[in-house]
Amino acid sequence: MASIGKIARRTFLIGAAAIAGGVAVGYYYYRKPFANPLEADLGKGEATFNPYVKIGADNTITIVAPRAEMGQGVSTTLAAMVAEELDVGLDQVKVEHGPASYAYYNSGIMEEGGPFAFFDESMTAETVRAGMGVIGKLLALQGTGGSSSMRDGFGKMRQAGAAARQMLIAAAAQKLGVQASELETANGSILHKASGKSITYGEVASAAAAMAPPSEVRLKDKADWKLLGKPQKRIDMMAKVTGAPIFGIDVRLPDMLYGTVKMSPRFWSKPVSADLSKAEKMPGVVKIVPIETNYGYGFGIIAQNTWAAFKAAEAIEAKWADPDYPLDSAAIDGVLKQALGEKASATRDDGNVDTAFADAPRERIIEADYAVPYLAHTTMEPMNATAQLKDGVLDIWCGNQAPTILRQLCANQLGIEQDKITVHTTFLGGGFGRRIEMDYALYAAQMAKETGGRPIKVTWTREEDTRHDAYRPAAVGKFQARLGDDGLPVALDMKLASASIMAGVLRRLFPSISPIGPDKTIVDGAFDQPYTIPNYRVSGIAAPVSIPAGFWRSVGASINGFFHEGFMDEIAVAGKIDPVELRKTLMADHPAAVKVVEKVAEMAKWGEALPAGKAKGMAFTLAFGSWVGEIVQVADTPAGIRIEKMWIAADVGTALDPGIIEAQLISAAIYGLSAAMGQEITFADGMVEQSNFHDYDAMRIFQCPVFEVAILENFHRMGGVGEIGTPPAAPALANAIFALTGKRIRTLPLSKTVAFA
Amino acid sequence: MRLTVDGQSFDIDADPDMPLLWALRDLIGKTGPKFGCGIAACGACTVHVDGQPVRSCSLPVGQVSGAVTTIEGIGTAGELHPVQQAWLEEQVAQCGYCQAGQIMSAVALLDEVADPSDADIDNAMGGNLCRCGTYPKIRSAIKKAAALKTAGL
Repeated sequence: MASIGKIARRTFLIGAAAIAGGVAVGYYYYRKPFANPLEADLGKGEATFNPYVKIGADNTITIVAPRAEMGQGVSTTLAAMVAEELDVGLDQVKVEHGPASYAYYNSGIMEEGGPFAFFDESMTAETVRAGMGVIGKLLALQGTGGSSSMRDGFGKMRQAGAAARQMLIAAAAQKLGVQASELETANGSILHKASGKSITYGEVASAAAAMAPPSEVRLKDKADWKLLGKPQKRIDMMAKVTGAPIFGIDVRLPDMLYGTVKMSPRFWSKPVSADLSKAEKMPGVVKIVPIETNYGYGFGIIAQNTWAAFKAAEAIEAKWADPDYPLDSAAIDGVLKQALGEKASATRDDGNVDTAFADAPRERIIEADYAVPYLAHTTMEPMNATAQLKDGVLDIWCGNQAPTILRQLCANQLGIEQDKITVHTTFLGGGFGRRIEMDYALYAAQMAKETGGRPIKVTWTREEDTRHDAYRPAAVGKFQARLGDDGLPVALDMKLASASIMAGVLRRLFPSISPIGPDKTIVDGAFDQPYTIPNYRVSGIAAPVSIPAGFWRSVGASINGFFHEGFMDEIAVAGKIDPVELRKTLMADHPAAVKVVEKVAEMAKWGEALPAGKAKGMAFTLAFGSWVGEIVQVADTPAGIRIEKMWIAADVGTALDPGIIEAQLISAAIYGLSAAMGQEITFADGMVEQSNFHDYDAMRIFQCPVFEVAILENFHRMGGVGEIGTPPAAPALANAIFALTGKRIRTLPLSKTVAFA
Repeated sequence: MRLTVDGQSFDIDADPDMPLLWALRDLIGKTGPKFGCGIAACGACTVHVDGQPVRSCSLPVGQVSGAVTTIEGIGTAGELHPVQQAWLEEQVAQCGYCQAGQIMSAVALLDEVADPSDADIDNAMGGNLCRCGTYPKIRSAIKKAAALKTAGL
């Protein structure tokens, strides 16, 4: 068995860095609770019980849901966890994001950071998982990502609600002079049934909050849940149907200036010459200032309104230095393919793959090369942030997925202490991993130095947003399988290469940490799939391309789901085995996976014959702790291929809100289909070629299939939700197109080979 | 120049080439219409001018002659438009950023066609992009809103 020391040595970027920095701090620090950030800013008559609950004397109950609400419904379900145990309805509470604080660390985000598949429950895997949770607390990263919010919040949010309720009951017992055991709670009130006396939470809140928190907190049994496990009305829905000003881009402050940025179209390049004179003279322009941050170089335009800033940005004439990466897509592809030829260490290495291929007859071997392009996030809300720097104090308003990192980087940028910075996290007009980056905040903070204390809202154009992303990196894969006499694979060798996401993230977000160790995101979604094949090897190589690569909904699994499941379909065809049967056979060791495959096949009536001109394809992935099968039905029409129907079965272990989970599964599937159908970021002369929705579009309503979703709860550990629908979408569609046309498409987007209606 | 927005009159000092969207958002303070693309390709900025849906990001404010209606002018939390009511009941929104534009396009569709077919919905809503993929719920909410409107609710 591998020792923890060995795991630490070969372990993975963030994890390794965290272990190196973290262990020295020791267990004491891990046990020490963080201060409650709500204590600093209580209203009159308001009492706080822990970082998640505030109750006013007027019985206003506020729950802090300290994760980015980017549409995934996280604020509703996190609030429901607290409300469930506090015995209040969701319609009775106010939900806030709360301040940036280490108290809101996310330990779930790190838990699966070790080199283990989700289903690996060996002692080593479990020990590293627990260790990673400790690291999450040590790093105190307040982050939203990795589909981790529910898993991270499930314990602590419910405990926060239950502890507050127990303290309220204790205070009520004192006030009423009765035993706590005689009291019941419902809808924010405490009832003494015997006497008929009732008091509200608000009436005893300040007395209750002064008591010591209970040493033991009893949580409700699942069978007693009133809110969790049932679809809730989203707490943000009314604001979103009435056009309320809830997004970063909607922030309005007295005396506010407006601005935009024009950053180098070549990443990391400095301007070699710039003529600002024309732009500076344009009406409404206040000032143009240079910008230099961890994200590179450019100019900030300060103006009286956003339109004036946009026009001035267009009028800046600048020449930019050559980049330090290959200039165009063909050259980048060359670097990726060269990387594939290099020696790589395997993340999964079952049996002996080299021996298994050594004596294989040629006709039993299948081989394939796969490739996927760079992708932009294109959130509907273009990047923006609003900042005010006055008397050495920075206030910054924006949607973001990591408020404590934002605060740290802004402090570094401005040379001020973190306690001089207040982060106001708004709702996000889409995230998908884009807003874990901090460029938009750093630019606004930098520009706020130049406004004489006036606030400034800095909004990017769509063109700037599309051309300055942290992209899902392009990737290539070389695959080989040896089939046995029964058609099943006896050996599978997968070699993968892409730019390292983690190395890029460290450069931008944690510049003081040097990259060490391999990057697990290169192999995620390939090495950790629940197939049993006697000889099974997956290796990843980081290709040296410094174009910013970042977290794009489902990260490595968005790449490797397509590769692995496309090639699995090829194995099924070559071995003359039905794709559903192939999965059931190879995943027989994992009942949760088999049940998902059976369910989705049953929903789609997989075995039934289809009329001519229609076909189905399927794919399965395990990512972020959830098991997902998807089947796509396509039809040949005069206008092109139409995606008619899509069936999704997902085992999430525990389904906390089936309504939101279903919406997320459909959302993530459409996100994946959009990319598979037509999205591609390409490069020429060191610059991104696409700029707006006319050349980087996504699925439209007239292309959207009819969905049918089943949510299962068979596996004994909870999985994530927000990203899990994406990885199987592209391969299910490509496999359906193969079934329809006989064309095996191994390079995305599919629109390079076929037309869509 | 003078602009009527959501039944209220505003005097603004704007470059006539400034898109209506930025006049609404930066000069008048109506942030309901959203900036998404600036080239009329995503529909997030959709408002009505004299009842007709327009992409306000690409319409110069100097060319606006009619009354402008934004999402803030069709209903409020206390008195929702039937389309907003249907959106609420169907729990359509996810991030919500495109939804003001979606709702304004849907309101215009239902003003034109009382009981729209799937093809009518495809035609009227094809210009409104949603990156969260709320399309199935948008479709069902439009049908529900049609029923609510017909019932006079």
